[in-house]
Amino acid sequence: MTAKAIIQTINLTKIYGMGDIQVEALKDVNLEIHEGEFVAVMGPSGSGKSTLMNILGCLDRPTSGQYLLAGEDVSNLDKVQLARIRNRKIGFVFQSYNLLPRTNALENVMLPMLYDPTNHASQDEQRERALRVLESVHLADRVHHQPHELSGGQSQRVAIARALINDPVLLLADEPTGNLDSHSGQEILALLVDLNSQGSTIVMVTHEDGIAAHAKRVIQFLDGGVVTDRLNGHRSRERLIRSLKKENANVAN
Amino acid sequence: MSLTKVISVAWIGLNRNKLRSLLTMLGVIIGVSAVIIMVSVSTGTETTIQEQINTLGTNLLFVQSSFTRGGPGQGPPSGGLVYDDAFAIADEINGVKGVVVEQNSSETVKAGNVTIEDVSILGTTPDFPSVRDMELASGRYFTQTDLNRKQKVAVLGASLAEELFGDTPAVGQLIRVGDTKLTVIGVMQGKGMSGNVNYDTYLFTPITVVFEKFTPNQFARLFGDRVRMIYVEVENQDVREDAIYQIELLLARRHDVSLDEANFIIRTQDDIIETREATTAAFRNLLGWVAGVSLLVGGIGIMNIMLVSVTERTREIGIRQSVGATPNDIRMQFLTEALLLSLVGGLIGVITGVGGSWLFGVMGDMRTVVAPVSIVVAFSSAAAVGVFFGYYPANKAAMLDPIEALRHE
Repeated sequence: MTAKAIIQTINLTKIYGMGDIQVEALKDVNLEIHEGEFVAVMGPSGSGKSTLMNILGCLDRPTSGQYLLAGEDVSNLDKVQLARIRNRKIGFVFQSYNLLPRTNALENVMLPMLYDPTNHASQDEQRERALRVLESVHLADRVHHQPHELSGGQSQRVAIARALINDPVLLLADEPTGNLDSHSGQEILALLVDLNSQGSTIVMVTHEDGIAAHAKRVIQFLDGGVVTDRLNGHRSRERLIRSLKKENANVAN
Repeated sequence: MSLTKVISVAWIGLNRNKLRSLLTMLGVIIGVSAVIIMVSVSTGTETTIQEQINTLGTNLLFVQSSFTRGGPGQGPPSGGLVYDDAFAIADEINGVKGVVVEQNSSETVKAGNVTIEDVSILGTTPDFPSVRDMELASGRYFTQTDLNRKQKVAVLGASLAEELFGDTPAVGQLIRVGDTKLTVIGVMQGKGMSGNVNYDTYLFTPITVVFEKFTPNQFARLFGDRVRMIYVEVENQDVREDAIYQIELLLARRHDVSLDEANFIIRTQDDIIETREATTAAFRNLLGWVAGVSLLVGGIGIMNIMLVSVTERTREIGIRQSVGATPNDIRMQFLTEALLLSLVGGLIGVITGVGGSWLFGVMGDMRTVVAPVSIVVAFSSAAAVGVFFGYYPANKAAMLDPIEALRHE
């Protein structure tokens, strides 16, 4: 593959110590995920996939091993440096949306720009940018709604817009459809597939095979390690994109 | 994050819980306004005292009874100053320019069909106008002869004369004071407030008349006419010390006591100023402590609420951290909230403090002077309280682990 590596882990290990009992959440994980990939991470609870996501998302640090994000070693950064990486290089999408309550969609989307010290755009310019991103997730008519006035699917789209606002190199989605009904789930999935087709690199945790089937690559976790790592067939993927395009057309109508 | 953004984020945070924010500020509001009101009351009192002392005129000595109590089983204190002591001082001491004794009373005054109740009556001696630096507008003040003969004469304060007689000349008129008829022989010039006393509303009459007609307590007459204080004006500073010594000897002889167990004190204006200053300083310190404690309580209130707020908003903190807020960003947000609480509280406190001082002055009929320094001190203490008590909760928020915070329900 010629695409550059966005994620590269070398013997990534995470040990949670609780006194004498030590739990190895991750054992020597070696992964390489390239630009433009859409990877589904699967596995039962306790398999280490959440730990992996926390480390990939720079919310946590490995006990040993290395994690290179877009070529930069981030395994030993301090809290402030990790916060900066999260701010500029990573976009998070959570199962429970995690929008700020009593804060409208637009302000939620603008939040990451607030914490970007390199962003010198004026308030109006930032607002413009947030509006454009909200438009791209088909929420132009909901910008002034507060989270409690939005449906689950709409909330998740606000969260995706927020994840995209600082042009991250990596989009991490932790069970993004877990709290949604199947229809809204399909919409969110379509959005992620669409973003991926425009070049976003996406790593998504899911436990549903039907959701994972839409990714280009599926990694199975068990007991802190990778058990299978396979590419999804092109045919199923193309079929999905066709069906999603049809659906989008329906939504637009 | 820029300062304006930090402030606006904190402001939004506080606005979500308006009632709670207001209640939290209450401690600071009370603390700050307490400082300002208390200082303004004590400053007002000091100013009054200063003016009072100044209007007394210089070269003044104050001879006061000091009721040194005997041991258990002994009778009530005997002696004390009597009216005749004043004249002994005037007659026998060199360098004395004037002697004034005062005895207060109050009576209903009638003139024609005008009746005024509770008029302040000041029984004095002929030297009163010169010692107190007051002048007559018309007529004359009473003389030593009037005093000795207990002449039923009265001199009216300017506004009292106006109320009783309007434009009609008062001098020569008859008035009824209580059950006694007095002839008006003079009217004082208006002087306005001198200290906290407005002599314009007073009626002046020989002290002998007050003793005979207006003293409520007949018991006091058993040991001669008691007086609380004798004002002695000496000719100049040079003779003052000598005059004090002579008066001491004279009074000791008259009261038949030794100097060591004297039942009177002689003080100069300087002594009085010193005593007053010490008293007001102690008073002010006490108020300072009270105000300081209320600010402290306000600060603890802020800390309490900020801790609750940090716990409640753990998830919000996690969200902010996940999108890139550094520990410092979070710390600043909560510190700014605490600071805003204390500053807005301080501001409201300043307004209520200044308003309260004014209200105290009007309602309580007392003099209040708002000291600018008290505003500065109270306001900056409030800010300091905000930073001090806001730091711990803010730091707690900043140190939260993002993963734990995001998991928090």
